[in-house]
Formats: sequence, C-alpha cells, structure tokens
Amino acid sequence: MVETQLRFRDDEPAGDPAVTVDSFGEQTNAAAVRIEPGDDARVLLPHLDRITLVEVNFPVFGDGRGYSAARILREAGYAGELRAVGDVLIDQLAFLRRCGFDSFAPDQPLNAADAEAALARYPEVYSPTVDGRAPIWAKRHGLA
Amino acid sequence: MYQYDSHDQAMVDARVAEFRDQVRRRLDGSLAEEQFRPLRLMNGLYLQLHAYMLRVAVPYGTLSSAQMTMLGDIADKYDRGYGHFTTRQNIQYNWIKLEEAPDILADLAKVEMHAIQTSGNCIRNTTSDQYAGAIADEVVDPRPYAELIRQWSTFHPEFSFLPRKFKMAVIASETDRAAMRLHDIGIQILRNDKGQLGAAFYVGGGMGRTPMIAPCINPFVPIDQMITYSEACLRVYNRYGRRDNKYKARIKILVHELGKDEYTRQVEAEFAHLLTQGIEPPLAELERIKAQFTDPAFATGLSDAVDRSDPDFAVWLDNNVQVHKQPGYAIVTISLKPVGGIPGDASGDQMRLMAQLARAYSFDELRVTHAQNIVLPHVRKADLYTVWQQLEEAGLGTPNLDKIGDIIACPGLDYCSLANARSIPVAQKISERFAGREQEIGELKLKISGCINACGHHHAGHIGILGVDRKGVENYQLLLGGSEGADTSLGTITGPGFNEEGIVDAVEKATSVYLANRHAGERFLDTYRRIGMAPFKDAIYAKDAV
Amino acid sequence: MKILTGNDLKTGAVTWWTGEGWSLHVAEAVDVGDQGDAIAARENAARRVVSPYVIDGETAADGPRPAHIKERIRALGPTVRLDLSLKPADPAAGNWVI
Repeated sequence: MVETQLRFRDDEPAGDPAVTVDSFGEQTNAAAVRIEPGDDARVLLPHLDRITLVEVNFPVFGDGRGYSAARILREAGYAGELRAVGDVLIDQLAFLRRCGFDSFAPDQPLNAADAEAALARYPEVYSPTVDGRAPIWAKRHGLA
Repeated sequence: MYQYDSHDQAMVDARVAEFRDQVRRRLDGSLAEEQFRPLRLMNGLYLQLHAYMLRVAVPYGTLSSAQMTMLGDIADKYDRGYGHFTTRQNIQYNWIKLEEAPDILADLAKVEMHAIQTSGNCIRNTTSDQYAGAIADEVVDPRPYAELIRQWSTFHPEFSFLPRKFKMAVIASETDRAAMRLHDIGIQILRNDKGQLGAAFYVGGGMGRTPMIAPCINPFVPIDQMITYSEACLRVYNRYGRRDNKYKARIKILVHELGKDEYTRQVEAEFAHLLTQGIEPPLAELERIKAQFTDPAFATGLSDAVDRSDPDFAVWLDNNVQVHKQPGYAIVTISLKPVGGIPGDASGDQMRLMAQLARAYSFDELRVTHAQNIVLPHVRKADLYTVWQQLEEAGLGTPNLDKIGDIIACPGLDYCSLANARSIPVAQKISERFAGREQEIGELKLKISGCINACGHHHAGHIGILGVDRKGVENYQLLLGGSEGADTSLGTITGPGFNEEGIVDAVEKATSVYLANRHAGERFLDTYRRIGMAPFKDAIYAKDAV
Repeated sequence: MKILTGNDLKTGAVTWWTGEGWSLHVAEAVDVGDQGDAIAARENAARRVVSPYVIDGETAADGPRPAHIKERIRALGPTVRLDLSLKPADPAAGNWVI
C-alpha cells in the first residue's frame, strides 16, 4: 500500500484496508472503501455513518471524476477521511483540498516544499465548496 | 467596463507567481513535459508548429484602450510584432519563449488581463455578443452575466479536469451574433411574460468532427440560479462524459447519447441538490458587476446626419457601420481582412492605433468579434469620417464586413500542429479573386478550417471550406448552406475535394450560380436554401464548365 | 531515411538532430537509422529538447528534407510570412514545402 504523505486530520488513520464499492455493498462491516473513477459515489450515501475512510483513486491525474465524487460525499455530510491516491501531483493538490480531500497518498512522493507552496498559493477563492472557505463574493458583500 | 478589485487582482497575481514557479520546475527538471503540458495549457501556452504559442483571454471580447495598447506592446516586446485575433474573441502570439512567458503574464496582469484557462480540459473564456451595450435589440447587456460566469469558472476546483474542453457563450438578443448554439453551453438572457429576467440554457452544441446544434434544455432558469444551474450541467458532464475516446468526449456527445430528455432529467436532479449548497452568488454581486457596465456618458441631441460625399467613405459606411442604440452614435467594425491579408492578424502598431482611436472616439472601449474583427462600439457619427481616414491610413479601412472577403480562417498548417492543410493561403486567394466584386455579391460568410477540429467554423459558413490531408497533399472540401446565429444550420459537403486552385474556382462557380438565380433581396444563403444543392453541384462538377 | 526533430525547451524553436547536437536547419540533420528513439530519450532527459520524435526524410540536393508537408512547413516557417521564415530573402521559398 502506498504511504499517505500528507494528512490534514487529527484523528488516528483508519486501519482497515479499503474494499471496492462492489464488495462494500456485500460486507456490512467494512469501514473503508475505495472509489474508482467509474464508480458512483452516491451509492455510499446511505452508509456514511459507518465509513471512516474513503479512498478515491486517480489512475491518471487528467481523469477528474474523483473531484465530483469527493464533493458529493462531503455535500452529503461525510466527515471521515477522504484520501486521494494514485497519480496525485503537486499542481492538483489545491483543487483536491477544495473538493474535500484531507489526505494524500501519491504514487510518486511529492517535494514537500513545493507541495506546501502549492497549497498556500491562492489567498482567495471564487467558487464556494464544502471546504468552508468564504468565496470572494461573500467577502465583497459582508457575508463572510 | 468591468474593473478588478483587490480580490480579482490578487487572484491574477497569484497565477503569475504560480506559473513562474511551474516554469522554474520545468526548466530545472522537476516537472517532466507530460506533467507540465496540462499546466502550461491551462495557462494558454501551447507548443505549436514553429514555437510556443500563447493565447491570452479577452473575456467576452471587451478591451479597454490600455489593454489593447498592452497587447500591441507585447507583440513587439516578446513576439515578432503581431498577434492573431481568434474565433473565440482571444488573441494568440505565435513566437513565445518559455522563459519569457511568466514575464508576459506579469505584464498582462498590470492591465487586468491573463491567460487563465485559455486551453486545457476546463471551462474556457466565456464569449459574448460583440455589440453588447451598444445595440438596440438586447434585453440587457449580457456581459455582467458573462463576468459572473468568468469568476465562477476561474480555478473551479471540480471542473479543471473535465473530459474535454468546455466553451460557454452568453447573449441577450434574439439576434444571435455569438454562434451561441454552437457552444457547450449557450445562454440567452431573456425576460419571461412576467417581466422577470432569466437564462435559457442550450447545452451540447459544437463544431469539430461531430457538429451539433445545441438543444434548449431549460427555457427559463431564474437569473439568481444561473450559476447553480451551470454547476449542475457541468457536474453531470464531469461524471458521465466519455473519457475513453477524446473524439467523443465533448458534452455534445453525452447529450446526444443520453438524449436531451435524460440529460436534462439528470441536470434537474443535480440542480435540486445544489440549490441546497449555497453556491449561488447573491444578487447584490450581480448588481455590483452591472454597475460597471452602465452606459458611458453619451451626449444627447446629436445629429444623425453623416456627410457621404466621399464615395470610398460611403462604401465603408454602408458595410462596416451599424446602428447604435443611442441617437447620434454608431457601432464601427474594423476589418482585419485586407484583400490578400491574413485574417485576424494585427501588428503592434495597428493595435496601438486602434487603442488610440478607442480612447479618442469610443469611450475607451474595443471589442473582439468571433469573426476576427475589432469593434469600436460607441463612435459619434460626427467622428466617423475622421476615424475612417485614420483606419484607411493604417490599412484597417477595408469595407467588407460580412462580405466574401471577410473570411474567418484558422491559422491552419502555416502555424498549427493539428492542421492538415493550410487555411490562410486559400483565404488570401479567395479575397484577391473577389476583390472589387464584394458589394455585388452581398452578404456571404465564408469560413475556412485547416482540419476537422473546425476552429475556422467551416460548418457554419454560408460557404465553408475544410482542408484535409489526402496522402500527404493538401485537399479542400467545399460545404454550402451553413449559418450561425438565429437561423443556425450546418453546411453540406458538395462532393469530392479540390486542390488549392480548384477550391477557389469552385467558390467562383458557386457564387455564379447564386448570382444567376437570386431573387431581389436574397443573400447567397437564402438562394441556396430556396433552390437547394443540385444546381450548385451541377455547376461545380460540370466537366465542361469553366 | 529517419530524422529526429523536436523543439528547444527554452525558446520553442524547431530543431533537428545533427549527430552531435541540435540545429535550426533541417539540411544539417542526419539519418538516425533505428537510433532515433534512444537519442530522443537521452536528449529529452537532459532537457536539451522537448517532445522529440522521429520522422521520415528523403535526400534532396542540399541535404535531408522531411517527407511530409507538415514537417517541411515546420522546417521552413509559415509560408504566409516568409519574412519570418528561415529563408526571408527567397520569395520562392514557399515552393520548397509543396
């Protein structure tokens, strides 16, 4: 298993190995699940209370379906760990964070300084997401 | 026009710093080309046929004179003295050095410009009506809505790795001057019968190898839900658009394969969910933006009289000047299509001159049109003659708007690594062949693409030309009957293709059929629609015809 | 014959493999035989070239010439702006690409 390089949570990482979405439906005690790009994240929504880890796989960084999967889970109230795994690169980190990912296990280790710089790059955001950052329009109109 | 506040400026400045860092990592080897490529593309930097090419965004085609001056200065300082205005209202520079690209972005940021998302599989520059704010037939000025979309789509975290590129257009007139239904999402701002403002959504149009006219999936989305509805359209596309085949990855294929009704059903379900997520900017934000698009201080009581005694000026007046909503004013289109010239190209000097004219005579504003021309939107009729004289002197006074010489052409094989055939030489030969006969032929929109990606909009030309590669030799197919706008239609291929000389002859034959058959007041397109393909085909392929 | 081409990483200029380095002039290119991919990988890794690839060439009077029109236009420059091409003084340079 690839090591988690960056983690933005205080709780203990889940120990269970993540199962596929298909077998998750059959194993009623599984607490960790792995979403592939073609999986529908919404099938997990009835079971969010028993999930502590969702891994979202990016086999190639250019396949952006995992961004929607992450937001759908967070918008439904999922509060457990959401980990991006696979072809996770420096310049995707900020977008992934904004979509709700709070841990990263890249296939190739990232340069720590570059990763930190990338995450701190943008002082503001235009579009609101589940990450809680106030969009620019909210600041403009005293809503933040 | 819209001016950045400190928030907007901070975002663009951060982008410059980010790109500078990405270039540094590319040059020092920490980023391989495969990793750098999508990053540079999201900043509009291509590796083209001869060099790096930089595409700079002109949001909804609107420029201030300071911005146009900077575009001219960049052409001289970093490029080879010219730039190319594109069919998406942007500008491209053809000879950019990678190491200088961050400095160009820094110069652009000084005048509130950027190259963000001018390429890549993300939401591209939002286009609009080039006559916005100046034409009488609009419900409202569409640009504030386009600016709202610009901000929403900029660095959108969920939609930066879509299946394919994504183009949006916003209009607010019944007359469509932006080819709205040939976009991934076309939005028409309109009023319902209660007088409320809303947005009609047309989704799944496009050109390319599978041209499609977008169906209307929702005739009226309340204006304070437009962003949320857009987000729903995009999320369904991001999740279910095809990623197995890049030629089938545009949203038009998804809408076509699911069917309009099923796609709409999924969007509506996603929309209902997203309405609970608080992503729509408040109306106060729209009002803030709108306040920056109010009319300039037009003088009142001006005369509409224009002295037409100079015959060359009168021809230009009849071709390139449109009626303005304000008495005493006119809309001027500057043709970037001189006879035998390169469609859409302008030199640094020409850009600075156009900027100067805008400052002196058009309330500091210019527009880029999707037909690759420049507009001075608010010119006093009393100033038209002076403006025309200065344009003439700079080689910018060609009187051919919407005539056969006003050709849309992609860069083609002279510049583009995707092209299969050259477009520009064909455009040059056609404009030379028909020079002097343009007024007799009347409105005729001719559009040339050098490959099936259709950047030259050949499907939507009254006459369209598509360059193909036939066993290593350039070959040109002819299409008739396309149109963009309110009467959008797709052209039909006449038959076997031609070489470069042959395609010019074939266009000549097609215009001859039109001239011989037209009824009074008919444009080429009208005659074609009335009499059909057969007479054109007969003339074009007749063995003994000359 | 096989010739190897790419672009200069910093300037983007079109370049051709000469056996010792990269030239702006296709006439100085050499036949790389079956070594093209290996040279390309090595030069790419050293960042002396970007996106190198092997093309078919043919022998002309003044040296190698690309077999396909697209590569000939790459080698010359835009035929509609010969002033910016590698042969600005030759008004007939465009014929070379056909």
